[in-house]
Parts: sequence; structure tokens; C-alpha cells
Amino acid sequence: MTLTTRPPRPPATEAPDSSPALGQTDPHQRPARAGLTERFATLLAPVTGRDLGPLARRRRRTGWVAFIALAGPNIALLLMFVYRPLLQSLYLSTLQWNLGSSVARFVGLGNYVEWFTAPSTRQVLTTTGIFTVATVGGALVLGLGLALLLNRPLPGRDIARTVAFAPYVLSGLAVGILWLFIFDPRYGLLSVVLGWFSVASPQWYTDPPWPLVMIVVVYLWKNLGYVTLIYLAGMQAIPQDLRDAAALDGASPARTLRSIVLPLLAPTTFFLLVTMILSSLQSFDIIQGMTKGGPVGSTTTLMYQIYQEGFVNGRAGYASAGATVLFLLLLAVTGLQMRFVERKVHYA
Amino acid sequence: MSTLRRLSVVPWLSMVVATLVLGAPLVWMVLASLKSPQELYSLPLRWLPASAYVQNYADVVATIPIGRFMLNSIVVTVVGAGLKVALGLTCAYALVFVDVPFKKVAFGLVIATLMIPPQITIIPNYTLVASLGWLNTYQGIIVPGLASAFGTFLFRQHFLGLPTSVLEAAELDGAGHWRRLWRFVVPMSLPTVAAVALVSVVTEWNDYLWPFLVVDNASHMTLPVGLTLLQNIDGMTSWGVLLAATVIVTLPILAVFLVLQRRLVAGLTAGAVTG
Repeated sequence: MTLTTRPPRPPATEAPDSSPALGQTDPHQRPARAGLTERFATLLAPVTGRDLGPLARRRRRTGWVAFIALAGPNIALLLMFVYRPLLQSLYLSTLQWNLGSSVARFVGLGNYVEWFTAPSTRQVLTTTGIFTVATVGGALVLGLGLALLLNRPLPGRDIARTVAFAPYVLSGLAVGILWLFIFDPRYGLLSVVLGWFSVASPQWYTDPPWPLVMIVVVYLWKNLGYVTLIYLAGMQAIPQDLRDAAALDGASPARTLRSIVLPLLAPTTFFLLVTMILSSLQSFDIIQGMTKGGPVGSTTTLMYQIYQEGFVNGRAGYASAGATVLFLLLLAVTGLQMRFVERKVHYA
Repeated sequence: MSTLRRLSVVPWLSMVVATLVLGAPLVWMVLASLKSPQELYSLPLRWLPASAYVQNYADVVATIPIGRFMLNSIVVTVVGAGLKVALGLTCAYALVFVDVPFKKVAFGLVIATLMIPPQITIIPNYTLVASLGWLNTYQGIIVPGLASAFGTFLFRQHFLGLPTSVLEAAELDGAGHWRRLWRFVVPMSLPTVAAVALVSVVTEWNDYLWPFLVVDNASHMTLPVGLTLLQNIDGMTSWGVLLAATVIVTLPILAVFLVLQRRLVAGLTAGAVTG
């Protein structure tokens, strides 16, 4: 990019290309040095040019060498560990095949038919839906509230921001275990707090729907800081004079919030909505740390089901069909984002 | 003036309450890890341990090879995050500064992987890693997640904004791509490099599902996977020990976060600003 934006030279007769990089045309010819780095540097010599002479072709070849040497490893890894398994997963979903087994039978769409008609699917989809709506909705509402609070010049708000964000960087599994102790119906911190309000602690571990509620709470705690911070960034982008003008016009704070702040935050909200849906649909660690999908499957989300079918029950083909469904769901959400981000209102 | 003061008391108090509620679980974790079983299982609840009961930590060491897990986590995190940053830097450099046709296609290939959830790749990748004999190895844990998409994306954004004059001068002085990348581009991008590196460190340290799948031998377990092992051994019978292990897993990252908060947060929230 940089190389092609150099100021154009006067149309010289013999120099269709302005690159001074190759030895022959470089006025600042480099003294030959023997270091390994230097030799590598020569190999990756800068190259530009779109003309078709033999020199240019050679340059382009060198460009490819440099490009492949620099970008090749990363792209090769992506092909190997992202694209290849993506395609293979689609293929596996057409097989009746157990993990590690040497026999596989082609069943076409059989796994999909089984998945869509299985009695457990309804429960898995309901659980996934409730979990997603509760975590995403809860995180957006609570995060917005906290951000509105922290956007004021309150003393100590930096500490509040740090405390709110800290859980986001912690291991989901560790967080799950820590909260499992807090939820302990007998000796947990929460049962004491509920006791202050004369509420008896529910049987969080064993009595649906409480296990799901428990996981939602922990997920919210872990992700609230992230949502808050993104909202804060969005709020700081709102020009202060807009609020001042509203205040001058006699708008109440509530009115300002509803008519100015929230609409201006719409792009932020949309971004968070998509991001949180994606991460919520993929969450695994907290469920693994707390309930392992139970009791009686009441906290088994689609993601957790894929793991269970694939690695606990060993039904790799069936699990791959579930993975396709999850993939399509995620793709739909991302597609939604791309579609709307293009047209999305751009206030500035 | 005094009405203004009174007005902001309510928000301030709400903030304090929110902070206490959000911070309490972490404080509780540390406190509980220092309580004796009698203190943990007594009603009404004891808020503070009478004295620091470090036996919980000794029990962790006696039950699982936590030192080994720590070492494994450090190896996986340092090597994994280091290579990931290097791959992201070289790839982004090539995408911005090396002029070849179809560069946009290559960039599209990289960026599209952000939309592919790692979960759909686990079964085929597991099969591949198993067939390579990489189960219970460091490379088995590290290599499949090594490729950098997010880092490449952020680096590319940053590189596109670099002043071209410096690089042109370097080019005129005969510096090749390799030299220009490490001597000029990287030093001019240190904040972005730091942000991406920190995000990678946090992600590698906390990564659970993949290492959990490819490692079942304690010799190569990382800390979060080892935590599951302890959970399976101890069940929920000895909370003090389990929470002591939880402290050991979370404290290093918490320390990194507190010390390098600004950079880390910048990295973790970068997607929102750029995307």
C-alpha cells in the first residue's frame, strides 16, 4: 500500500516502475553483508509494479516469495485448523460414526432428521433460547444502567470500573466453581443474603429451573463489565453540547436519556447485541464448571449438547450435525450484523 | 450547591452498592480459601477466618500436581501467545506492505475465520491431533489454536495508519521487508502489539475446552483443566481446598489485569471500536 502511494515521478521513458528496490535499479545499493537476517531481508526485498516487462515479472515473483514467507504460515494454519475442519465437520455430519471408531456408515441427512425429531432437541433449544435471551437482555440492560452511572463524575468511579471489569478476564471454569460455593443452599453467601430478606434459598443445584437461573447470573456477572465499558465508550462519543442543548430546552434527564442518549447509542447497542448473542451461544466453561448440563439436561445448551454427544457419548457424526445447526445460527446472527451495519445510522 | 451535592449522593451510593455486589464474590473466594472446614461449615456464617488457614493450599499441593499445572499453563500461554502475535504481525505486514495481486482475497480468507466458531472445528481437529499422536502434548494444545485472525485484523488496521514516509526512507536505505517489519513497523506499533499480546495471554491462560479435550494425563494439564481434575477428586466436600485452587488459577491473570489494565482493556474492547 505504502509503496504504491509514493508521489508519481515524471513519466520517464525507461522507468515504468518507481520501485528502487531491486539491486539493478537501486541507487542506494546495499553493501553485501553475510548475516542471516540480511540474507532473509534480501529475499524479502520490496517489490511493486504492475507492468509486464521481464523485470517486473521477476519483481512480482519476489513479491510472492515475500508474501508467502510472511503471510503463509498464518494462512496455512487457518486453512489447516479452521477451514479444513469446517468442511470435514459438514462431511462427518452425514456419517453414523463414533469417535475413534474405524467404521463409519453414510447416512445422508439421517443425523439431521434424528436431531430435529429427537425429544431432547426441544428441551435443548428451549434452554438455549432462555439462556441466550436472559444473558443478552440482562447484560445489555444492567450494563447500560451501570454505564450511565459510571459516566457521571463520581468519586471512585475508576475503582468501580476496575471491579466491574475484573471478572471478564477470569477463567470461566474457575468463576463457575467460585459461584457454585456462593450458591450453596446451606453454607453459601447467597443463602445468607437471601436470609436477610427472609427468603429461603432455593435448591440451586438440583431443582429446575434454578440451575439455569444460577448459570445466567454467573454469566451476567462475568460479562457485565465488558458491556459497561463498551457502553461507556459509546457515551463518551456523544457530544456534550447535544445534552447541554437539551437541558437548555428544559428536557428532564429522563427525557434526554430517552430522546438523545439512547438513540445515539443505537449502533453500540446493536454491536453489543450481536457480540453477546455470539458469545452466549458458544458458552461452555461456566456450564462445565457448575452443572455439566444437568440436572436431567435442564442446563444443556446446544453448545453443551455438541460436546456431550461428541465426546461423552462418542457420537461424532450426530454431534457434527448439531454443530452445523449451531454454525448456521451463528452465521445468521453475523449476517444480520453485516446487513445492518451497512445501513446503520451513523450519528457523529 | 448543596442540592447538587445531595443529588449526586444517590448515584454515588448506587455505584458503591454495585461495586460491593460485583466485587464480593472475588473477596469471598479469597476469604473462603483461608478458612478452616469448621469455619466454612458453620451457621451462622463466619465472615472472616480466625487465622489464615493455609492448610487448604497445602492440601491442593498434596492432591494434584499444581506446580506442574502452573508450569504447563505458563508454557502454553507464553509460547502460544508469543507465536500468535508473531504470526499476526508477519501476516498483517504482508497484507499491508507487500504488493501482490489477490491480497484482498487473502485478507478475506483471514477475516472470515472470525465468523467460524471454534466449536464446529473441535471434532475434526481432535481427530487430526489424535492421528498425529499429539494427544497429551504441548503442540497438541497449542498448534490448532495458533493462527491469528483477530490479531492480524487489528495489526492491519494499525499498519494502514502508519506514516509512509518512515517506511519509504527505510526502503530507500535498502531495508528489506523483514528488517522493515521488526525495526520500523513493530516499534511504531507497540501499543497495539501490547494490547493484542495481553489479550492472547488472557485467552490462552483461560482456555479450557480444547486443552480439556486433548489432555487427560496430569503431566500436560493446564490450570483450568487441573481444576476440573480436583473438582472430580474432591467433589463438593472440601470447598476450602477447591477454592484455594481457584485462587491459584485466577490470581495471576487478576494481577496482570490490575497492573496492565489500560492496555488489556483496550485490546479486549478493540473489536467494538474498529468493527
